[in-house]
Amino acid sequence: MDLPDIGPLWLTLKLATTTTVILLIIGTPLAWWLAFTHSRVKSVVEAITALPLVLPPTVLGFYLLVFLNPTSPIGGLWVRVTGTALTFSFVGLVVASVLYSLPFMVQPLQGAFEAIGRDPIEAAATLRSSPLDAFFTVASPMAARGYLTATVLSFAHTIGEFGVVLMVGGNIPGKTRVISIAIYEHVETINYADAHLLSAGLLTFSFVVLLFVYVMNRKFPGPIGLAGQ
Amino acid sequence: MTALSLAVRISLGSFELEVAEKLPLEGITALFGPSGCGKSTLLRIIAGLERKSQGRIVFGDEIWQTDDGTDFVPAHRRGVGYVFQDARLFPHLTVAGNLAYAEKRSRSVMSPIDLDGVVTALDLGPLLTRRPSSLSGGERQRVAIGRTLLTRPRLLLMDEPLAALDLKRKAEILPYVERLTEAFDVPVIYVTHAIEEVVRLAGHMIVLASGRKVADGSVEEVLERLDVRDATGRFEAGVVLTARVTGHDPEYRLTLLDHHGQTIVMPAADIAKGSDLRLRIRARDVVLATQRPEGISVRNILTGTICEIVQEPETAFAEILVDVGDARLRARLTRMAVAELALEVGKPVYALIKSVTFDRRALPAPPTAPALIRPG
Repeated sequence: MDLPDIGPLWLTLKLATTTTVILLIIGTPLAWWLAFTHSRVKSVVEAITALPLVLPPTVLGFYLLVFLNPTSPIGGLWVRVTGTALTFSFVGLVVASVLYSLPFMVQPLQGAFEAIGRDPIEAAATLRSSPLDAFFTVASPMAARGYLTATVLSFAHTIGEFGVVLMVGGNIPGKTRVISIAIYEHVETINYADAHLLSAGLLTFSFVVLLFVYVMNRKFPGPIGLAGQ
Repeated sequence: MTALSLAVRISLGSFELEVAEKLPLEGITALFGPSGCGKSTLLRIIAGLERKSQGRIVFGDEIWQTDDGTDFVPAHRRGVGYVFQDARLFPHLTVAGNLAYAEKRSRSVMSPIDLDGVVTALDLGPLLTRRPSSLSGGERQRVAIGRTLLTRPRLLLMDEPLAALDLKRKAEILPYVERLTEAFDVPVIYVTHAIEEVVRLAGHMIVLASGRKVADGSVEEVLERLDVRDATGRFEAGVVLTARVTGHDPEYRLTLLDHHGQTIVMPAADIAKGSDLRLRIRARDVVLATQRPEGISVRNILTGTICEIVQEPETAFAEILVDVGDARLRARLTRMAVAELALEVGKPVYALIKSVTFDRRALPAPPTAPALIRPG
């Protein structure tokens, strides 16, 4: 029996991991700002952040293609700086996935920060903890459940994406051919054996990840739930 | 002694607060007033938790904020401790973890405050391995006080630390609070709306009403002034006077006190002869008579002279101040009684005192009291 091509699997994991790490870095300050700001533009930012939830992936993919292609200002700048195109490349996929999965990172984190509220941060400040110190030693541990949910959802959602990837990345083995694209191609070429293998693998993986989240949610000493006691 | 001088204002929605005050930071200063008068807001401004506040705050020779808002020392650099009404312990840490959090961030090494001392003084030993969620309200407040002390604050701000507790828990915490200043040598600003706590704990007080300062001064002075009556609430109005213990009556289990040659008796308390006690006498517990009454159960009858009468035309009542030596008793009578007894300034009267409460600070530590850690 031929070994199935595991290239798409590795590419998918690499994409999901990179995307999740980037989302943790940019999603945290964004979620923090949304949780505590009184700014009037808050609603606008919230709406923009939530757009990927409601837009068909093809719409997002289409606009990304328009803005990232080498003849556009952004895509052109990228070509001049790096010598490679953003579209139909792994980096382009990362950019697309970050935007596509943004709400899955920001919304759980925002909810967690809002549940914590300002009180523990103020208490930390009166204990001589700087804002950054208070964030890492008080807010983050208290938001642990929010972080777990946000990380897992962003990761899993990136693995499950199809439309945006197809529009922005196409189907280039080793560069942009992720699992969902590979499955699509196997089905198109009536290679059901490999389609089964990849699909079953993805199904099992997704189930195990979600199971892990729900089990952890039960076991975690949920600081958020304790706030009101 | 460091002084704290402030001239601050803030507007939060429809609420406006504007207070100018110079506080000698010595012992416990009470910030007193009815709910919603702005006392907690003022405390938060002092702590640096209200960034929207305007005005000047100077602590000793350090400027914490200036009128033009260019200098604003953030809360974590002011070196003050804050005990919140709701304790605000960190739920993800144990009690020991909460204490360590504070101690790790304390910068001053030359301080009488150390972990062992705080744990002993506040009886935190048995709680150390527990999570905040498993503590009672009183225990939580004790941990919060200990945690704040361990930052070695230069000034301790306490925002109604007892308000969320029932009477029994209050009684459990009060002894700890009243020993804080001497045990750890840190001045305290204590927010409360309970006059009993003011009398028991504070030497100096500021009265706030609707975001404005109504009175300030020593607790004795402020409480005998009629103009703070509304802020203190009518029924709780009263005065504080100092009396010396002259002896005990073992048969009737009474303690005898002397106030300017007049005797006051109260249920026996274990206080050494010669010590001074602060007595609080509420206006509603004082009855006036124009002749010495006979055949009456009240034992405490002081003679004095009326020095002020304030009529309250909207109500049935009037308040009368009676000079009894160095203090002035306050009595709350009906206006009808004032008229029918022809009470007027200068008239000698007998003041019958139905009930006396005293300030426990003059007492030696009861057997159950926590061990004290002395500075140095």
